[in-house]
Amino acid sequence: MNIKQNYWKTNLKYLVVLLLVWFTVSFGFGILLVDQLNKIRFGGFKLGFWFAQQGAIYVFVILIFVYIYLMNSLDKKFKDEK
Amino acid sequence: MLLQYWIWIAVGISFSIYIAIAIISRASSTGEFYIAGKGVPSIANGMATAADWMSAASFISMAGIISFNGYDGSVYLMGWTGGYVLLALLLAPYLRKFGKFTVPDFIGDRYHSNIARSVAVFCALIVSFTYIAGQMRGVGVVFSRYLEVDINTGVFIGMLIVLFYAVLGGMKGITYTQVAQYCVLIFAFMLPAIFISLMVTGNVIPQIGFGSAGSDGIYLLDKLDGLERELGFHKYTSGKKSTLDMFFITAALMVGTAGLPHVIVRFFTVKKVSDARKSAGWALLFIAILYTTAPAVAVFSRTNLIETVSNKSYADLPEWFEKWERTGLIIYDDKNQDGLIQYVADPEVNELKVDADIMVLANPEIANLPNWVIAIMAAGALAAALSTAAGLLLVISSSVSHDLIKKIIKPDVSEKGELIAARLSAVGAVVLAAYFGINPPGFVAATVALAFGLAAASFFPAIVMGIFSKKMNKEGAVTGMLIGVLLMLFYMTKFKFGWFGGGTEKDWWFGISPEGFGTFAMMVNFAVSIIISKYTPAPDGEIQELVENIRNPDDS
Repeated sequence: MNIKQNYWKTNLKYLVVLLLVWFTVSFGFGILLVDQLNKIRFGGFKLGFWFAQQGAIYVFVILIFVYIYLMNSLDKKFKDEK
Repeated sequence: MLLQYWIWIAVGISFSIYIAIAIISRASSTGEFYIAGKGVPSIANGMATAADWMSAASFISMAGIISFNGYDGSVYLMGWTGGYVLLALLLAPYLRKFGKFTVPDFIGDRYHSNIARSVAVFCALIVSFTYIAGQMRGVGVVFSRYLEVDINTGVFIGMLIVLFYAVLGGMKGITYTQVAQYCVLIFAFMLPAIFISLMVTGNVIPQIGFGSAGSDGIYLLDKLDGLERELGFHKYTSGKKSTLDMFFITAALMVGTAGLPHVIVRFFTVKKVSDARKSAGWALLFIAILYTTAPAVAVFSRTNLIETVSNKSYADLPEWFEKWERTGLIIYDDKNQDGLIQYVADPEVNELKVDADIMVLANPEIANLPNWVIAIMAAGALAAALSTAAGLLLVISSSVSHDLIKKIIKPDVSEKGELIAARLSAVGAVVLAAYFGINPPGFVAATVALAFGLAAASFFPAIVMGIFSKKMNKEGAVTGMLIGVLLMLFYMTKFKFGWFGGGTEKDWWFGISPEGFGTFAMMVNFAVSIIISKYTPAPDGEIQELVENIRNPDDS
């Protein structure tokens, strides 16, 4: 029973961290802080605008693949412990 | 060779491929018809999901909308991709572990109530119908534009093709056709984008290109900001919408994406729980290719348009201008009779109206690309429209045959009977959708965007709490869903159709637009469900076990 609870708790921990990143790059950088970030530039992009139209999407893709990796390791650990 | 021949060749070849695939992978059981026998590899499922997801609207209209709205268009970019993170993390793996056929299946079993199931079916049908009516119209428009038939004939041809492979192949046939359709549509979208990026900025990758400098050494985005300001438009890289509204619309689109039944059901089709996560990852990667290119296309075409037409003599314009003028998508009215085109923000002086859809469709012509590229664009646009319509159709037919007939009305129906019912309801749904495509009710365009609000306000909270809370019970979930969906319907009909006394922008609650209101209705749904579940008995041991079970990986 304990192994199962541990599995679920670890999963929830991953979710909280990844969703925080998800929120920060889109709602944070792309919307709430966009004006401040727009003062920073790289190349032809203003940073806030870049996050809203490019950056957030790249981070989304990376987030899912990180989650896939984390959960596959967790699944394996779970199986070994049993 | 003539353009029209090229188009017939491209469309002919791509359609023969779809039909061949549908015949090879036709469904022989309800399991195959609803969820492709749970045998779809995760990359294939990712591609199919991407094709299912990206409709004619994503393919044709989105870049144009961003082009005219600049930063404000970001709501679509973030909203329609961010939802996949929610899907992969909060929904897909658990729903796959649950392992049934449909979303109402989950809600009905988890809350152990046929009322919950019926409410879910009702929500699924409303959401899917508002969505598919718009798609059939899109199919018609695309057919008529490229094959030079009238729109109604276009809807009719589209209806026959979708009917053929959705009814025959079910989910299995649709999935593999969608894989082919994804390849066609992404190739068609990327090819002109890459060519134009190369021409304008010398960079092959459009995503980098639109942040680079043009041949004059000025950064493209700075130049565009300058042009927009000069003509009295809003600066491209900053927005007109309020921060709060941006926030609410983005959230509604994200959560709505995660709550759309035709998207969720895709994750029932893979072999294992870990494959459900993987397919969500692949799906988003495949979608991101188009979604990160679209804002680049938007910038290129906006700059091109302004530079080509603004204060230029009408007589000297390139050939494509006149061609699109004939379709009525570009309208020029020389108000001051000076023979020049004044394209400015002030409606009194402005002489040019440009439909957003042109930005993608006319791109190859503006960039002077060869005819075969335009033909591939045509095949791509058709692939986008058909794949989405087919996916939605399947949800509607399984809602009727599985959720209504098998689970509620006639539980003793045989497997064969259910399969026939599934096929018949698919036929019924196509005919109804085609009717709406030919006689579009005025509200279609307005409601497609609102389908997301409806999905966010109804399904998302019920599913998430069903997985993450063992205490959530049917009383809470059903009341939450009903209040959420009714509140959303009320706000949408009030401000979009003028029911309940109507109202204007000034009357919006807290300044939230109807497009963003789904987020508010979703929060109400969550709050109501939680409060009611506190005062009613927790679900019994059997349900607790079901929740425990879906939280654990495959072989526990």
